[in-house]
Amino acid sequence: MASGGPTVLQFPQASTNLTAKIHPLVIFNICDCFVRRPDQAERVIGTLLGSVLPDGTVDIRNCYAVPHNESSDQVALDIDYHHNMLSSQQKVNPREAIVGWFSTGSGVTGGSALIHDFYSREVPNPVHLTVDTGFKDEGRTIKAFVSVNLSLGDQQLAAQFQEIPLDLRMVEAERVGFDILKTTTVDRLPGDLEGMEATMERLLALIDDVYKYVDNVVEGRVAPDNNIGRFISDTVASLPKFSPQAFNKLVNDSFQDHSLVLYLSSIARTQLSLAQTLNTAAQLL
Amino acid sequence: MANSGARSFLQAVATEEVATPLRVVQIEGLVVLKIIKHCKELSPALVTGQLLGLDVGSVLEVTNCFPFPIREEDEEIEAEGANYQLEMMRCLREVNVDNNTVGWYQSTLYGSFQTVELIETFMNYQENIRRCVCIIYDPSRSNQGVLALKALKLSDSFMELYRSNNFTGEQLRERNLSWVDIFEEIPIKVSNSALISAFMTELEPDTHVNQCDYDRLQLSTHPYLERNMEFLVECMDDLSMEQQKFQYYYRNLSRQQTQQQAWLQKRRAENMARRAAGEEPLPEEDPSNPIFKPIPEPSRLDSFLITNQVATYCNQINGVVGQSFSRLSLMKALHES
Repeated sequence: MASGGPTVLQFPQASTNLTAKIHPLVIFNICDCFVRRPDQAERVIGTLLGSVLPDGTVDIRNCYAVPHNESSDQVALDIDYHHNMLSSQQKVNPREAIVGWFSTGSGVTGGSALIHDFYSREVPNPVHLTVDTGFKDEGRTIKAFVSVNLSLGDQQLAAQFQEIPLDLRMVEAERVGFDILKTTTVDRLPGDLEGMEATMERLLALIDDVYKYVDNVVEGRVAPDNNIGRFISDTVASLPKFSPQAFNKLVNDSFQDHSLVLYLSSIARTQLSLAQTLNTAAQLL
Repeated sequence: MANSGARSFLQAVATEEVATPLRVVQIEGLVVLKIIKHCKELSPALVTGQLLGLDVGSVLEVTNCFPFPIREEDEEIEAEGANYQLEMMRCLREVNVDNNTVGWYQSTLYGSFQTVELIETFMNYQENIRRCVCIIYDPSRSNQGVLALKALKLSDSFMELYRSNNFTGEQLRERNLSWVDIFEEIPIKVSNSALISAFMTELEPDTHVNQCDYDRLQLSTHPYLERNMEFLVECMDDLSMEQQKFQYYYRNLSRQQTQQQAWLQKRRAENMARRAAGEEPLPEEDPSNPIFKPIPEPSRLDSFLITNQVATYCNQINGVVGQSFSRLSLMKALHES
């Protein structure tokens, strides 16, 4: 250590209150890159793109892999490639900037600090995302880290990786439907009415569950829970109160509107098919 | 030896390709998500992108894609766009992505995609790639809880006709081509790698309800239906305009024919008189006369496309209304119970 005086090992003040949110596309892309990695490579490394939301959450929305070479103590990233790809990506969506980098494998490894250093020069406080493609750590396969400096006096000793909470809720993916994203092959996309049917079945199942629960509570088989009770009563109360006549009128009016539209479009369709048959059959002139 | 072997292999591949028609488009989940993300983020602007993948027998595998920047009407920027495309392909090749163009994707609003531009783009692609598809994604429809993806290609007979650029009624009748035969929809299959499937299963346990269900149970479909009706009415107007064009053409044609008849009769009578007088008869045809100039027949392409569009709207409306009916019945049953 430098000249005299007590030096203090400074730990970072209270953990950073960063959180990260991840778009399912990123996970898909990382997996795809991993599957397509070069023969000898053990992991893939790449850049994360996204933005920092006003409340400090890092929103990771896109990513791309960057080729790299790894030997025992050295990591060489293809920086040209990284910059080319970045400028291409920004042509499409200028709002997406670098927010960090990802690597497959579980947790932080020796080379990580070097790469993190590189990304720190691109963007202040990058996020490091690790995706464990070997599923070694049960239940926690995707982690996010930020680096904090550990210094002794004025002297910087090392960088410490600190894990930050990661939001993995996937509204985007939900819209597509897990059914088609979870399994390895789906032969056909679900249609309008099939989807509707599935939804109704699920709704019915839920209502059944509620009934069962209420019955159980009433008969004393299950200990009542005030919170659940409030939820149920809120739900029931959210149904607007109508007189039966008013409700019937409303429903019937809607029915009639829709029938009219349906009628119109069916007529148009019939007209079209009629015209088509006439057109091909008739020997004009 | 090796050379001849390779050639015969190539030949074998080529002949095989001709033999098997395209049956299924197999898309990776990654591509689905990428398309959705790109289309949704820039909605309501319409966007396009390129599909990369492999052509395997009767299946066209789409394994990756990349978006195009929004196009601008400027030569310089257009050249830049081409550069961008090459650059992106080069970059993706470096990380072992299939770099084989198999088509493109584009977003649409309320299914209004059947335009002459689409066909032109198709023909452009078709020149370089024998088998290409266009994947169409409709963000407005996806808000209703449906995955609105469609894979289209032009039918072979239509392409032939388009190349000859001859959309007269006679030609169409001869080839027995009607408006339903312009586009062919190809069934879509979605596939995921085992790794992704494992991740999704781990990250998202089975839930009773998801966002899709909420979207589907949304009672108000009016905005969507209204827009659809608006477009339908517009299309009907266009269609009747086209029809008027044809009526005008036929009226002109029949007028011309009567004129020709009259002229011919006159000429015959004249010839009779001349023959009686012992003179040479005049020819019965006179190309210099303006009434013999053929009137160009208007192209049927536009009306075909409009008809197609109308049919799409009708189908969409029927679908939505069908859903609404079930929703209303559900609502009624709920309220009564």
